[in-house]
Amino acid sequence: MSDPVVDRALAHEHGLSDEEWERILDILGRAPTYPELGVFSVMWSEHCSYKSSKTLLQTLPTEAPWVVEGPGENAGAVDVGDGLAAVFKIESHNHPSYVEPHAGAATGVGGILRDIFTMGARPLASLNSLRFGPLDDPHQRFLVRGVVAGIADYGNCFGCATVGGEVTFHPRYRANILVNAMNVGIAQIDGIFRAKATGLGNPVIYVGSRTGRDGIHGASLLASSEFDEHTEEMRPTVQVGDPFTEKLLLEACLEAFQTGAIVGIQDMGAAGLTCSSFEMAAAAGTGIEMHLDRVPQREEGLTPYELLLSESQERMLLVAEKGREAELARIFDKWDVDFAVVGEVTNDGCMTVYWKGEPVVAIPIDPVSKNSPVYERPRHAPADLAERQKLDLTELDPPADLSAVLLDMLASPNLCSRRWVYEQYDQLVQSATVIRPGGDAAVVRIPGTRRALALSTDCNPRYCSLDPYLGAMHAVAEAARNVAVTGARPLAVTNCLNFGSPERPESMWEFAESVRGMADACRLLETPVVSGNVSFYNETSGEGAILPTPTIGMLGLVDDLDHVLRAEFQGPGDAIVLLGETFDEIGGSEYLSVHYGLERGSPPRLDLPAERQLHTLLRTAAGESLLRSAHDLSDGGLATAVAECAIVSGTGCDLGPIPAGRRPDLWLFSESATRALVTCAEADLEALLALASRLGVPAERAGRTGGDRIRIGDAIDVALGEAEAAWADTLPESMDA
Amino acid sequence: MFPGSNDDRDLAHAFTLLGACVEMVWHKDARLPEGLCGLGVPGGFSYGDYLRAGAMARFSPVMAAAEGFARSGGPVIGICNGFQVLCEMHLLPGALVRNRDLRFVCKDVDVEAADTGLFADGLEPGRKLRLPIKHGEGAYVPDPARPPRVAFRYAGENPNGSVDGIAGVVNEAGNVMGLMPHPEHAVDAALGGTEGAVVLRTFLAACQRFRSGHGQDA
Repeated sequence: MSDPVVDRALAHEHGLSDEEWERILDILGRAPTYPELGVFSVMWSEHCSYKSSKTLLQTLPTEAPWVVEGPGENAGAVDVGDGLAAVFKIESHNHPSYVEPHAGAATGVGGILRDIFTMGARPLASLNSLRFGPLDDPHQRFLVRGVVAGIADYGNCFGCATVGGEVTFHPRYRANILVNAMNVGIAQIDGIFRAKATGLGNPVIYVGSRTGRDGIHGASLLASSEFDEHTEEMRPTVQVGDPFTEKLLLEACLEAFQTGAIVGIQDMGAAGLTCSSFEMAAAAGTGIEMHLDRVPQREEGLTPYELLLSESQERMLLVAEKGREAELARIFDKWDVDFAVVGEVTNDGCMTVYWKGEPVVAIPIDPVSKNSPVYERPRHAPADLAERQKLDLTELDPPADLSAVLLDMLASPNLCSRRWVYEQYDQLVQSATVIRPGGDAAVVRIPGTRRALALSTDCNPRYCSLDPYLGAMHAVAEAARNVAVTGARPLAVTNCLNFGSPERPESMWEFAESVRGMADACRLLETPVVSGNVSFYNETSGEGAILPTPTIGMLGLVDDLDHVLRAEFQGPGDAIVLLGETFDEIGGSEYLSVHYGLERGSPPRLDLPAERQLHTLLRTAAGESLLRSAHDLSDGGLATAVAECAIVSGTGCDLGPIPAGRRPDLWLFSESATRALVTCAEADLEALLALASRLGVPAERAGRTGGDRIRIGDAIDVALGEAEAAWADTLPESMDA
Repeated sequence: MFPGSNDDRDLAHAFTLLGACVEMVWHKDARLPEGLCGLGVPGGFSYGDYLRAGAMARFSPVMAAAEGFARSGGPVIGICNGFQVLCEMHLLPGALVRNRDLRFVCKDVDVEAADTGLFADGLEPGRKLRLPIKHGEGAYVPDPARPPRVAFRYAGENPNGSVDGIAGVVNEAGNVMGLMPHPEHAVDAALGGTEGAVVLRTFLAACQRFRSGHGQDA
């Protein structure tokens, strides 16, 4: 089979613009070969080059004294004490998961796991943030089943606990679901590995699964354009995962790291061998010479083009000290993992690739990677934004029966129990899970220590749609609050920025505003962004784009396991205290959507200094053992939070009357930010209120735990069993229907 | 441990926590350590479990030695995938098949001890324990030709459709036990429970008896 003629038209088919084609001719001083065209198309794809987002992402805060590794490596890392680093990242696998939900979600998990252990860390815990269309659509149920089973199959078999995340539903994800996978691992700070091809003459080594034809152009075409009527035909671009091989690759890599013979390592993810080799050489300012015929291959007849672009999973590229190849080969052989020296490090700043002795690729590295195209895309606010932000509360008739409204809220797909989902995940393997899925944040012990990590993912896309700047700030603040209510100090952020086409000015505006909000919130809360990814083109012709969804993955640190707090009540007889202030804020709220069928207004105000004070209060009170439980107040407001604490604990509660002059439904379901519902022993109440007053956090005794009913003033009175049924049955009834 | 074992380090950690001296055995080894007084087969997904849970692991080189150890009366405990492996090796009767609802399930369940063979110290029949389960192929199906000695039954909800609610069995001689729940994941109060220690302690007690019976001093 001979290669096709490479011309402008073929470049277009590869997703390259006229301008980019001219640039290629300019860099090479000639027309590219077919494999070279493939290399340019993946390296300059939106997915790999961040060409539309790069300049905006540079405005995010990335530094703090505890940051060990910021953006740019496979994952970020922060110091968590005892010479250890938490290595973490979140990444999207949206397009593949829609086209082939099981394999797409599974390989999303596989990819993020490799990002973590490439750094020298053993993956400790996974989370995932999932968004689907409404559950009454059978195709969405098919997607939910496939995605959840894919995540479960890969994570369970690999042996990394899945401890948390989020699952929500909205019509705007019907044609573009989101699957964002996060992982955190633990490494020795002085044992972190980086993706660098240093050392002239050092061998470049390929380890892991053999290369096949799967996933060719997965990143460049599937993830870098919107869906249309041909999307179904894209199924072969989805990679296929093998968690068992990944587990062997993990153990072999971790053992190989111990030898000290490894100089640099990079996961072969998006754009496979091409991207990993270019990145390693670019990071080191070196060059690489590679022989494709030495690459382990799954089948005969693979062309250089296919070998360079394949996204076969469970593969790594490493650079080792010259002369230690045999020592490393023995380790990979022990684990039955393929090992092949495929090239060596050069100093000519060039990627030179040979096929059976003939050069097929000769490209200077920096112009392709470091100096790849960057675009300032036009952007402006959606025309209907001002209209959507209008909300007149006086036009909304208050409901008569608030107990019934609470039951509706608890049963709504976005607030109900997620047990159907997380029971399919191994939440326990590696014996670290302190707080399992279902709380505000998951908590996992750092092995061998008394410390623990608190982990959360968060984003309210409705807020982001109504005000992307404020919405993104809320995502950061709420994720931080989620970890703070466990008693943790929020340390750092990883982000997954899911948006529509950057070529549409409205979408680009949403992106820019979200990044601005995220930067401001991260700066004020001192939670720098250390890793992340951007997923554009989440839109489908005829269906439009997703809601802007800048998902935040937050990592917090608990200094002492004994001070970890749970969300649910810890038994009867405790005082219930409401921290923070409640305003009549239901813009973009779950209540407005569930009860009135409206999605409008402005998201709640956000006072970031006050937010910080609340986190300090929670952490201090937890450290002084003043608290028995703590739950973040967010989606669904106070009434929903109270019900969740009661249902999960099996302990009822009695809260005082609704303050005079307040409209009951707004008080109960307001989503005002910077609030938490905590309980304490009656004997500690005074100390808690004094501490809150010292820190300037509004705090008020709201009631007492006990009994078997949920009572709030004379507005709500529901039997615990009735509330539990409403909350627990929605997902199983929909999914098993 | 096999390639794909996941709960191996968890089990080793739990045994160590309870005072045992633990050595990991690699699946390619042909021999077991000298002076071995008990063998734990851990959970996980040996060989990926692509064919059938435990179906490949039984052919691992070390398993011939393991079989010899079990047949000589050595105490053996197989947890989850380890239970599946022991059934595949016919060291335990019966088989484990896909859960009733075809989904992996991870949650805490109550089990009740019945006839636990040599592992009865502190584990009298009727003793209830709260233990986590996490498996996709945990529904036990007895072999009519070789009815099992039932060691544990699910108390209350049957989470996977096991026949007669069977959660664990011992072999005819009582020295080989297999169970789906994970006692090694319930040995630390900070991680949600300590009742798994009851199971592991009775296993270690049997190991100690086996060692003194053989006059070995490992």
